[in-house]
Amino acid sequence: MRFTRLILANLFRKKVRLVLTLGSFAVALFLFAFLAVVRDAFTRGGGIASANRLVTINRVSIIQTIPLSYRDKIARIPGVQRVTFDNWFGGVYQDEKNFFPQFVIDPENQRQVFPELVVPDDQWDAFLKDRQGAIVGASTVKRFGWKIGDRIPIKTTIYGGGAWEFIIDGIYHGQRKEDDETQFWFQWDYFEERVPERVKGQVGWYTVKLDSPDDAIRVAKTIDAEFANSPYETKTDTESAFAASWVKQFGNIEFLIMVIGSVVFFTLLLVTGNTMAISVRERTGELAILKAIGFKDGSILFLVLAEALAIALFGGFLGLGLAELAIPVLGSALSSMLPNLLLSNSVLAAGIGFALLVGAISGILPGIGAMRLRVVEAFRRI
Amino acid sequence: MVTVNTNGNSSALIQVRGLNKTYRRGGEQIQVLQGLNLDVDKGDFVAFMGPSGSGKTTLLNLLGGLDVPTSGTVSVAGDEITHMSSGKLTDWRARHVGFVFQMYNLVPVLTAYQNVELPLLLTRLSRSARRQHVEAALAIVGLPDRAQHFPCQLSGGQEQRVAIARAIVSDPTFLLCDEPTGDLDRKSADEIMALIEELVDKHNKTVLMVTHDPLVSARAHMVLHLEKGVLVEASKSRQNVPAGGEA
Repeated sequence: MRFTRLILANLFRKKVRLVLTLGSFAVALFLFAFLAVVRDAFTRGGGIASANRLVTINRVSIIQTIPLSYRDKIARIPGVQRVTFDNWFGGVYQDEKNFFPQFVIDPENQRQVFPELVVPDDQWDAFLKDRQGAIVGASTVKRFGWKIGDRIPIKTTIYGGGAWEFIIDGIYHGQRKEDDETQFWFQWDYFEERVPERVKGQVGWYTVKLDSPDDAIRVAKTIDAEFANSPYETKTDTESAFAASWVKQFGNIEFLIMVIGSVVFFTLLLVTGNTMAISVRERTGELAILKAIGFKDGSILFLVLAEALAIALFGGFLGLGLAELAIPVLGSALSSMLPNLLLSNSVLAAGIGFALLVGAISGILPGIGAMRLRVVEAFRRI
Repeated sequence: MVTVNTNGNSSALIQVRGLNKTYRRGGEQIQVLQGLNLDVDKGDFVAFMGPSGSGKTTLLNLLGGLDVPTSGTVSVAGDEITHMSSGKLTDWRARHVGFVFQMYNLVPVLTAYQNVELPLLLTRLSRSARRQHVEAALAIVGLPDRAQHFPCQLSGGQEQRVAIARAIVSDPTFLLCDEPTGDLDRKSADEIMALIEELVDKHNKTVLMVTHDPLVSARAHMVLHLEKGVLVEASKSRQNVPAGGEA
């Protein structure tokens, strides 16, 4: 392109200013990417939820249990293919900061209801035969440097105290990048054997796999109707609705992130808009001479906009590159507080879009000013 | 041949007829040019002199299509520019006018070569053709070895030479020079004037120049004196010719 050299020369005219503006973009884009992955991490449950799965919990709250006896009644409802159940264990491995979710699972149906979480057959067989066995997500295994055969003591905080010992029989991997690989599963029988009498025969929630997603509303209503007016009334939702309501427990994360993101956006806009305005004002004489020798209004606007967009793009790539490097490290450091952080292609694309939008808005007003510059008046001023 | 205060038809390169320019400042109207008529032939070298505010620069701006008159017409090589749209006028300027200013107005972040190349970026010339034109222009102004220097690495006289090279690189119909030596010492001014004379004599360029310096204007074929927006006197080789006559 014929104007490339002119655009680049103008870009590097004030190197310190360029570095500072690029730095502003880089920091803002890094923050944008970080906020976006945190938001993603919290809302991912809804995104990756299967359309043909329902979750049934106690109508009062998810922390209230429901009887195991409901399983057969749910399984008999037309349209239900499989039912599995889980319980939250809430144990601590060595220290509270080493958080990862532990679930008591139903070995009979777990793999059929959650086929996206894959365990090799030989490891699963070993797990079925081992009362103290555990299956652990690949990222938790990596985090603590565990391997198959390791004995893992986990102190319970809910079921009477003391450490329960588990043996790692297998490692599961998610089929998709977004799948949660932090969970720790262990046998229902082992749990039932050790918990106090009041807890026996109680599950935290059921996950119901349907023949068809079209049956979701009907089956959900049927389940809740089945247990209406019982001591343990239920509330059944699609898995994505369940995930969304789970996130709401942490407060309005999305709103918080939107507010922070908006502040970042407007601050960046003011910084770059001011920079571009100063940069154009400094060049009034040069722009006037360009117009005098035949550069059209559109070309002048293009030069200013191209400069703003180039800064936005370089700064954006810098910030997103930084995010690409830092987010896995931050994700690992914050793994006990936040779900796993993944910088997806959609966040990267949104980041570039965000940078270009800021670049375009910050360049458009000075660009129009330059375009409308009257040569005679500009020469009179300089 | 330069003819002033003419109203008739002519085949002159530049024809100015009944040119008026009025500015409004506050509530007051200021008439800068009043019914100016002028013919300039190809190859002429005309200097405009006059006190500050006499309308010299305004006339130059109108001739170069940088400003529009309140009334009257300016025609160059048969094109009447006074009624052109802004876009057309920009195209016209790119093809027909080379500008040289007192303050050189080079782009400081571009080398001499890149500054001279600027007008050619608007043409369809290939990179190698542009190179040939730029090198030829720099050779004419005597700076072939300064092509890669930035303006801050050049003297004032050299900067003005680069500005002249930029003005002539696209081979315009005429050059407009606004105080081209106003910011230079005498020796550099002489060199610049020798270069402008060479452009006129050797390359048959038409040059219209505004200056306050009698030594500079003396080198023009014709000196036109403006006062309060009216051409009051025309002189040639320091011999006064009454306004309205031919020189």
